[in-house]
Amino acid sequence: MELYWKGFLIACKGIPTTVWVSLVALTIGSLLGLLLALGSQGKNRILKGIIKVYIDVVRGTPMIVQALVFAYGIPQFLQANGIMFKWAYLVIPAVLCCGLNSAAYMAEVVRSGIQAVDKGQMEAARSLGMSKKMAMRLVIIPQAVKIILPAFCNEFVTLIKETAVLSYVGVIEILRRGALWNAQSFETFPAYIGVALAYMLLTIPLTKIIGRYEKKLKAQEA
Amino acid sequence: MAHMIEVKNLHKSFGAFEVLKGIDQSVDNHEVLVIIGPSGSGKSTMLRCINHLEEPTSGEVYLDGELITESNLDTVRTKMGMVFQQFNLFPHMTVLENCTVGPIKVKGESEEEAKDRALKMLKRVGLEEKAEAYPKSLSGGQQQRVAIARALTMEPEVMLFDEPTSALDPEMVGEVLDVMKALARDGMAMVVVTHEMGFAKEVADKVIFIDGGVVVEQGTPKDVIENPQEERTKNFLSSVLI
Repeated sequence: MELYWKGFLIACKGIPTTVWVSLVALTIGSLLGLLLALGSQGKNRILKGIIKVYIDVVRGTPMIVQALVFAYGIPQFLQANGIMFKWAYLVIPAVLCCGLNSAAYMAEVVRSGIQAVDKGQMEAARSLGMSKKMAMRLVIIPQAVKIILPAFCNEFVTLIKETAVLSYVGVIEILRRGALWNAQSFETFPAYIGVALAYMLLTIPLTKIIGRYEKKLKAQEA
Repeated sequence: MAHMIEVKNLHKSFGAFEVLKGIDQSVDNHEVLVIIGPSGSGKSTMLRCINHLEEPTSGEVYLDGELITESNLDTVRTKMGMVFQQFNLFPHMTVLENCTVGPIKVKGESEEEAKDRALKMLKRVGLEEKAEAYPKSLSGGQQQRVAIARALTMEPEVMLFDEPTSALDPEMVGEVLDVMKALARDGMAMVVVTHEMGFAKEVADKVIFIDGGVVVEQGTPKDVIENPQEERTKNFLSSVLI
């Protein structure tokens, strides 16, 4: 039993890294996701095309592959072409990769949120003389945010789990902590059970909170 | 002098379906124009073309003699208040904020100035005490009166009403019509799409009957509603008056 507890405590040391990587990625993801969503609803066809390709590429490839390309592929490519480049910290490409990945998913979430706002809202705002941009900012997006908040939090939970792949590109987060201890002690089962428990410590309370918010939202509508 | 609103040869198609087939109308200051017609006749589309919520396929709309175009649209809209069938209040704002967001953000007024006028307008529709409430706590009739106050706080030159009582429970229709009647008495120019023939008779300076995308008959309420000449008008009126 003690070994499992030890494995759990060791894995927990990775929690701060996992959490802040997820938070930064979530921030990048939601801001960029919002821009992608607005762009894909706009009139510029070239921009729309680029966004579509971006989303297809990100959603059509595993994140581990994206992470490897970012962390190791890009520096190698640049060096081979005579540009001296090396990531100062491997966590930088890791966070970027998670953020850019999340953005593609958030774009869909935001887009569906915007479309779920009654179209009479845009008409009412425009009839007061608001430009489309102003109406988006003051009327549509505040309402969309409320609609997408649960999906947004779910994306955070997903990100926390997905950042595990970053242990393959040298980020010392929860999984990496456990893997390192395993390599040293050969206590494989306690190490990875500890890792699993550490993830659950984060994801289960979050999922509970989301569930409660969704219930409240439904009660308001009724 | 130019008309307050002038619509010239207005056409509107949705795909291959031509909803409006050339409408010419005008509204002068202090005048109330009521548009009646069966559903699908194009009456709401005509109203929505006036402030370009639907972009006309061809034809022109003028406000005070000024042609409405893409470039002056936002400015023109500040002079035309719009009231919708479904109210369309902003649910995340209080009643007061619903009224002041336009004046503050679009016209650049100070918060105080906008608030003062909003409260006056809310008083005018009898809902001053609901200023801090959120729309969802109000009845349909109250929400529609707030929507009218919101439009009025912009100090429009003309008010457009798109079936303002159609989504209301019967017992709430009266309170909204009363507010509209008072507005008309105060000299507000209005264009109203409605099925309320009593309101049309009492308030309208001119009634037009639209069917199949054309104006079939027009004149004073007495002419059109009480003494219609066209067969289609007669049929329509006999179906709504029962």
